[in-house]
Amino acid sequence: MPVLPAFFASLQRDLLLVMRRKTEVLTALFFFVIVTTLLPLGIGPEPDLLRKIAPGAMWIAALLATLLGLQRLFAADHADGTLEQMVLSPEPLSVLIAGKITAHWLVCGLPLVLLAPVIGLQFDLPADAIGILMLSLLVGTPLLSFIGAIGAALTLGARGSALLVSLLVLPLYIPTLIFGAGAVESYIAGMGAAGHFSLLGALLILAMAFAPWATTAALRISLE
Amino acid sequence: MTTALLNAQGLACTRGNQRLFSDINLQLGAGQWLYLQGENGAGKTSLLRILAGLTLPTEGDVLWQDSPIGKQRSQYHQDLLYIGHHAGLKEDLTLTENLRAQLAIDGIQASAAAIREALTQMGLGKRQHLPARVLSAGQKRRGLLARALLRPAKLWILDEPFNALDVKAIADVQNLLKTHLANGGLLVLTSHQTPDLGQDAAGFILNLSGAH
Repeated sequence: MPVLPAFFASLQRDLLLVMRRKTEVLTALFFFVIVTTLLPLGIGPEPDLLRKIAPGAMWIAALLATLLGLQRLFAADHADGTLEQMVLSPEPLSVLIAGKITAHWLVCGLPLVLLAPVIGLQFDLPADAIGILMLSLLVGTPLLSFIGAIGAALTLGARGSALLVSLLVLPLYIPTLIFGAGAVESYIAGMGAAGHFSLLGALLILAMAFAPWATTAALRISLE
Repeated sequence: MTTALLNAQGLACTRGNQRLFSDINLQLGAGQWLYLQGENGAGKTSLLRILAGLTLPTEGDVLWQDSPIGKQRSQYHQDLLYIGHHAGLKEDLTLTENLRAQLAIDGIQASAAAIREALTQMGLGKRQHLPARVLSAGQKRRGLLARALLRPAKLWILDEPFNALDVKAIADVQNLLKTHLANGGLLVLTSHQTPDLGQDAAGFILNLSGAH
């Protein structure tokens, strides 16, 4: 595939930048850990209740943590002219953007998946339910990154873009939230999670196919 | 008479309610250069962005090798090197990393030796492993221009290439530009000081002031 080097070039640069400035990434991660740790402390030691709210609480925390880093996805590149240079690259812009979104997920989404088992213990989730939760986050968090990128691109350069991006993207996140948290809940209730996973997977494939294009179109408009 | 590679017909640009310029026609062939003059806010950068394909003109067309640039983006961008006010230097990366990343995004794998040589040529040999944030404005600009040495492109569009450069660096950059023109390259630039590019017969001056 001739476009793969461009994809990895863009991915690699973003990961290198993250290595140089770790605090920005850790903000989202800390947010996730703090919210999910405070919740059981605030609600009190009732294992049944905690087990019941665990999937929803962790999914909401993951969703808000993703939202936190979203506005920065293109803002720095816009400010220092990198985005202009990406538009002027002979390589297809959507491929470069897909690389950026993938980097965003590797940095903001994947760590949440890996932390989930530890957080799950605080909610007294059984081991097999934790496995399902991790799997649902593994399919769901890239979906959040891909959908979020469209919103970030649309609000680029606008005043109050942090608020705008939340207003734009949150409604689009709702299906992911319902199916992601629903997968774990219905598994715990003994109904199996296959249906939820099918829908999450279908949404992910759809987003991977179309979100880079939509993001690219939005970026071209924002840059004019 | 050389045949025109870059062709602009009836370009006009409106920002808000203000018409920055209108009815701009230009033709540029191999080895020719165009120097844009004008006051601050006259629309120099806007015209450069239109020529680069970053902004759509309100009216008119830009043609590269006889076809509109919007229809052959990938080919045009292959032939184009655009360096604007801040052409994507990442403050946290070193100059070497910056150049390597930018070239990779342009689809070019540059060897470490080639990058080192280009930076040395721009007088940055000892600064190549420092993060861009500790460099002076002039050093950053030279680092940006080092990209021109590593990336083959027929058409250079440079926005204020001499900004923040000292006398010696300006001479270096002018030599770089002359070499580019001598090799049959095209050049469009803006600058607050008149560039000395030698072969005046191949140069055009376009004054944008008076358009408003």
